[in-house]
Amino acid sequence: MTRYEATATFSRRSLLQAGGALVVSIGAPVTFESVLAADNPLVAATKPALTPDQLSSYIAVNADGTISIFFGKMDMGQGLAIAIRQMVAEELDAPFKDTKIFIGDTATSVNQGGASGSTGVQEGGHQMRMAAAEARRVLLEMAANKLGVPADQLTVTDGVVHATNDATKKISYAQLIGGQFFNVHLDWNGKYGNPLYAPGKAQPKDPKDHRIVGQPIPREDIAPKVFAQADFVADIKVPGMVHGRMIRPPVAGAAPVKVDESSIKDIPTAKVVWDKAFLGVVADKEWDAIKAARQLKVEWSQVAPPFPNQAALYDHIRQAPRRKREEGKPVGNVDDAFKSAARVIEAEYEWPFQSHARMGPGCALVEIKDGKVTCWTGTQKAHFVQTGLAATLGVQQDSVRVIWTSGPGSYGRSDADDAAMDAAVLAKAVGKPVRVQYTRDQGTAWDPKAPASIHRASAAIDASGNVLAYDFLSKGFSRIDVDTNGSQPKDTLAGQTLGIDLKSGDGFGLPGDSYGFANKRTAWETIAPLLDRASPLRTSHMRDPVGPQIHFASESFIDEVAAALNADPVEFRLRYVRDPRDIAVIKAAAEKASWQSRPSPRKDQIGDKVSGRGIAYAQRGATRVAVIAEVDVDRSTGKIWARKFTVAHDCGQIINPNGLRHSVENNVVQATSRTLWEEVKFDQNNVTSVDWLTYPILDVTEAPAQIDVVLIDHPEIAPSGAGEASTRPVAAAIANAIFDATGVRIRRVPFSPVNVKSALS
Amino acid sequence: MTQKFSLNVNGKVQTVEADEDMPLLYALRNDLGLNNPHFGCGLAQCGACTVHVDGKPTRSCVTPLKEVGDRTIVTLAGLGTPDRPHPLQTAYVQEEVPQCAYCINGWIMTAAAFLRDHKKPTDAEIRDALTGLKCRCGTHMAILRAVKRAAAMMG
Repeated sequence: MTRYEATATFSRRSLLQAGGALVVSIGAPVTFESVLAADNPLVAATKPALTPDQLSSYIAVNADGTISIFFGKMDMGQGLAIAIRQMVAEELDAPFKDTKIFIGDTATSVNQGGASGSTGVQEGGHQMRMAAAEARRVLLEMAANKLGVPADQLTVTDGVVHATNDATKKISYAQLIGGQFFNVHLDWNGKYGNPLYAPGKAQPKDPKDHRIVGQPIPREDIAPKVFAQADFVADIKVPGMVHGRMIRPPVAGAAPVKVDESSIKDIPTAKVVWDKAFLGVVADKEWDAIKAARQLKVEWSQVAPPFPNQAALYDHIRQAPRRKREEGKPVGNVDDAFKSAARVIEAEYEWPFQSHARMGPGCALVEIKDGKVTCWTGTQKAHFVQTGLAATLGVQQDSVRVIWTSGPGSYGRSDADDAAMDAAVLAKAVGKPVRVQYTRDQGTAWDPKAPASIHRASAAIDASGNVLAYDFLSKGFSRIDVDTNGSQPKDTLAGQTLGIDLKSGDGFGLPGDSYGFANKRTAWETIAPLLDRASPLRTSHMRDPVGPQIHFASESFIDEVAAALNADPVEFRLRYVRDPRDIAVIKAAAEKASWQSRPSPRKDQIGDKVSGRGIAYAQRGATRVAVIAEVDVDRSTGKIWARKFTVAHDCGQIINPNGLRHSVENNVVQATSRTLWEEVKFDQNNVTSVDWLTYPILDVTEAPAQIDVVLIDHPEIAPSGAGEASTRPVAAAIANAIFDATGVRIRRVPFSPVNVKSALS
Repeated sequence: MTQKFSLNVNGKVQTVEADEDMPLLYALRNDLGLNNPHFGCGLAQCGACTVHVDGKPTRSCVTPLKEVGDRTIVTLAGLGTPDRPHPLQTAYVQEEVPQCAYCINGWIMTAAAFLRDHKKPTDAEIRDALTGLKCRCGTHMAILRAVKRAAAMMG
């Protein structure tokens, strides 16, 4: 983490220059040894091009022996920066404390996909591990030449290479290359983003030799934030910067037809920027920009109300023509199996639109100066925003630098990318650096949404109570009305308000499980968005995209089948789950929670206050999670308290159990919030969830009393994603616990007191 | 109409020239260079902008300058430093509470005032004292652990 001084504008500027210089300065103090190394073809005095096929694009050894890591993904507060440093230090046999990481700056890193799909360790870490292993191999080769000892008779201890049988024959990494650059070509697969992969000739270590990986090393970015010394994107300032605010229409889809600039003439420096449906204001002082945005008189075009009544949302989804259908790999013949069923169990589930509703609305700063564009943004994908800014501004990509800076939380494709493009359009229009911060109502009402959906499940049961066939269908809005990054103008509000139509992509998902039913069909279908341009209900990825929706349904339904067959929910799952690691997480959670085998619902409770327990499990990629929820239900109020969770989590090799435990715990609480409270409200004109009263989330008084996390470590299995997986089974675990407590099945999220009370009555 | 206001912030009196209706938050952030607190909602619904005004947790996003007068303002930066941390800051670091950390002004400043006035609080008392504050990342369990840890440190 770069540490900024907390004060004025000029220090910010000089520090940014220092930040840029930092990369260069590793070449500064030239040692005797590095002069000797100058003829070595593996070493370059100046940095090779910042391309994925260069080792220097990922790792540098500085003159002081510290190691700089340049990473093209981002740490959204889940401890990824530490995990990557551990993986690199491990492969290099360098002290962890000597590593530094530079994240998400397009000037120092290649496009590894940004924060995306829980791939920080799985893909990003894998690449960094391979690069570090190659760096170690190259350094050993250099040391072998230097020391006259074959590389296979060399050992590395804390960044010093020495003869295995003679510790006096030694040379440090700093002496070998410190202050210069690797000149080593990697075998790049030609891809950017998550699939980028560029190994060298080296193989990484055997996990049994790991000493740094697996340690619970604490995060280092917390103290600066707790002492108010770290900058968030909203805190960045540059000289000459002005403040921008955007103005959104009262009826979604409307465009300004008349803007009365005289209505803000009393506000010093306030200016209007209006082009087609793009409308914003700027002013030198932030408060003036806020006032101008509130005060500006705008006449909007008359458009037909774009949305159905919210009460008709799920009927709309049922009836809307499907735009695309995709099926999972079919097993057996489902239709024939249903014909021979002794009994059929069916259910349908509903999930609303949900908002990222980040702690602070989107914010970005764009400076256009001397033909160069610099953007500070909280986006998850700085490199894609670089492409998007170039397209939006009509400039070359290499003239744009995007510097990722921590934002107010990040759980996917939020309004951060929109803010970056809006700031760029305003900055170009007024010829000054512009900082845009959205308002609260824009942050909640106008961010990209997690899609609403319905899910139908049916099971064919034979005369002996076996599941013959399983059929599962999700139908909903696509999860990618706008793409998961802002690389194309069509995917941002700026592009869409400037006239580029939304081109909604099609994507949803399938349940992740290993139920070995003899006949099985899973499928999804998408429908068109409600509004084809600049819609406050446009969808995109939000933490575990469509995972909570699908598994709320699929794992509630498995529970319904278990209950119909009078089976214990854990025992029933174990009867059909085939994957040994799936079985292990289910068993681990059950054991930790002291699960008592019996069918749901309980029948031993009377009165208004009842309790229950429920389990759900899911795979997410190669990760598996089982969650047991224990809930209290107040029948008189409909209030649910998700009192205790027990989570068993297997993501292969654990890089840092500390960060993992926090991520799991936070995901469970956030998923509980989404399950109990969250629903984007709208009327026919617009989204009406505009703040924390109209988009309530879980309060601390409702936080669980206890979350037990069982981490299952498989050092021999490549690490898979952990940023989102534990979000996935939470809603079903709670629903199943409510059923256990009350005998009532709730099939629509959220389980707010009003909804639960109505379901119970 | 702008006018001059003398603000006593973190032990220093400084002058700000601004609209009398401008919320304190913008004076702190833009005129006095104190990047914490943060803008979260502008509606006093989340707590990200919380500072102490005469020791009382106050949402600076809805506190107009004209109402501040000569009262003493303390921000997160003034609560403690790495050399002389407030117990809550120590506990926050030890428990590694935040995910994004944007919300911490609200939790720490509110909890600091609560723990100052309530020794050895129960879990329920802590929760009630913090009700209404928002954390979107879901770090509530760690927040509660840190406040309990700080309460123990403060005796």
